[in-house]
Amino acid sequence: MLNYAVKRLGLSVAIVSLAMFLLFCMIYLVPGDPASVALGPRATEAMKEAMRVRMGLDQPVWVQFWNFFTGAWTGDLGEEVLSGRPVLDVVLEQLPYTLVLIAGGISWSVALGIPLGCWAAINRGSFADRLVGILSVAVIAVPSFVVAIYALLIFAVTLQWLPAIGAGEPGDVGDQLVHLILPSLAVGLGWVGYIARMVRASMLEVLEASHIRTARAFGLPERLITYRYALTIAILPTITLLGIGIGQMLSSAVFAEIVFARPGVGKLVYDAILTRNFPLVTGAVLVTTVIFVLLNLIADLIVGALDPRVRSSF
Amino acid sequence: MSTLSISGLNVHFSTEAGSLHALKDVTFDVPERRIVGIVGESGCGKSTLINAILGLLSDNGEVRSGQILFEGDQDLARLSRGQMQDLRGPRIATVFQDPMGALNPVLSVGRQMINIQYRSPQSRAAKAARAVEMLKLVRIPDAESALGRYPHQFSGGMKQRIAIAMALMMEPALLIADEPTTALDATLEVTTIELLKDLQATIGCSVMFISHHLGVIAELCDDVVVMYAGEVVERGTVRDVFRAPAHPYTRRLLECDPARQSRRTRVLPTIPGEIPDLRQRPRGCVFAPRCLERHAGCDTPQVEHALAGDHRARCNLAPARSPAAVPP
Ligand SMILES: Nc1ncnc2c1ncn2[C@@H]1O[C@H](COP(=O)(O)OP(=O)(O)OP(=O)(O)O)[C@@H](O)[C@H]1O
Ligand SMILES: [Mg+2]
Repeated sequence: MLNYAVKRLGLSVAIVSLAMFLLFCMIYLVPGDPASVALGPRATEAMKEAMRVRMGLDQPVWVQFWNFFTGAWTGDLGEEVLSGRPVLDVVLEQLPYTLVLIAGGISWSVALGIPLGCWAAINRGSFADRLVGILSVAVIAVPSFVVAIYALLIFAVTLQWLPAIGAGEPGDVGDQLVHLILPSLAVGLGWVGYIARMVRASMLEVLEASHIRTARAFGLPERLITYRYALTIAILPTITLLGIGIGQMLSSAVFAEIVFARPGVGKLVYDAILTRNFPLVTGAVLVTTVIFVLLNLIADLIVGALDPRVRSSF
Repeated sequence: MSTLSISGLNVHFSTEAGSLHALKDVTFDVPERRIVGIVGESGCGKSTLINAILGLLSDNGEVRSGQILFEGDQDLARLSRGQMQDLRGPRIATVFQDPMGALNPVLSVGRQMINIQYRSPQSRAAKAARAVEMLKLVRIPDAESALGRYPHQFSGGMKQRIAIAMALMMEPALLIADEPTTALDATLEVTTIELLKDLQATIGCSVMFISHHLGVIAELCDDVVVMYAGEVVERGTVRDVFRAPAHPYTRRLLECDPARQSRRTRVLPTIPGEIPDLRQRPRGCVFAPRCLERHAGCDTPQVEHALAGDHRARCNLAPARSPAAVPP
């Protein structure tokens, strides 16, 4: 397992480095002079020149890349334009809100998707199975910002069961959880559908496997067979799918944070783009990439822990 | 008393194209402490027979009539789900064909072997010790550490032996083996067969052994049941059936390339033609379209004729051909 984890970690480092390279290319190739953008239209030529030197733009490309690369790996993402604070500090301040939101989305999708998919597979062909099938497609088809807006209108505005905006009182966990319900539902609802379909399909496949027939031929209780022998295998592809799906959830989080006026990295990027605060945009994207790669790593490690075949194939 | 006594068993599958009569009037015995081989080409209903015995027919399958008497008193076709589940494992154990897929890939071998002893009141350690003992019996090297390993860490032959160890661990009265050696190479097949024979003698169980392989049946089994298109066409001791086959189908099987059979062929010799559509069974003999010895009696329903001893064949011509025939 350790061997597997180390190799998988190496792969993650490589992916993040590649992302940094691509991000650097993007900044470098985007038309316009970063120094002029940073200083605004009323800057003099001398000021721009000084800024270029300060930003290292007078150096050869590869030196610029190296500085960016080593800076990024050591946590130096530059300073944001408006207040001059380090970008990393600003992003990390907002990150917990987004992470909690994603965790909420995953909770919804796992807590509803796995039991529904499993239930549909066991009762294959029944009315319940077809209902789950139709509902899955429906929730997958609805974009998350639509879910966000309708959830807001129905549960917060009309019914007034749940709060409409914000992330709750700092320090009051109960209040924060109540504020999390609707935004995380917006992020996770589509994934309930994906996961239900995925679990149903892989559960049906596993239940046909000959080791399940063997387990039945030994008279093992049906519950043990379903949950310990079949579901453990059936959820493996789901965990990988979720790891990949976090990328999509991160983009849904942007909408959810805007609609519910929640603090978070999505809201931060949105505001940064509006104010042309480019170092902040770059930094936030980079941090988000690292989070995505990390969560993928965790998903793969979970699969490795559950599936001995994966462990030894590395 | 026979361990298993099947009589007049009829199994139907409902399919989109109509009802499929997969097993028709299947009748045979598995006497105590004997090894009975079941042979027949692909699709003749061997797996269906096993599933019917185990109560594991798929949802569209149904036992329409017949009796599956286990140890003389329990009719498996009429037991409740719970009663049937209690027999599977401790009383009737099964080894399936596919050794690669027979074990759960994400549970350790020890865990699986302990799980199947879930009815036993013994401690976990005692169950693990029992598992090790069985693994040693099937000659798994380093049996103690094998408990902690996963199926993919064993070879195909080892997996098959582990499956046999699991089946025999409960000391069942009846062991059902569905082509347990087909996926193994020839040398492994020999050792596995010998192992099975040894263990059967030690435990003293009866065995129902399904195979495509006439050589293995001849070597391992006491009795043989020849199936064709869901019917038992001939049965008797291996000696009687192989020396004096009374059904044309059995004769064709035995005639087909005897040289290859003595070299342990892996597949049943092929004979021209196909199994008829089991949705429309003919009124007469099912084998008639492929039979080389067709005669007027083929169009009438065939009855099972008793020949010498326990030798029986479902061909109206059988008594005439066999000198020791007893009238039905
Ligand atoms: N669930 C099912 N639904 C419909 N037909 C079935 C079903 N299971 C088996 N059959 C049919 O019953 C017949 C017997 O099948 P079975 O699997 O018992 O054959 P077999 O002798 O085990 O063949 P093989 O040697 O290939 O394993 C076949 O015609 C098959 O198509
Ligand atoms: Mg079969």
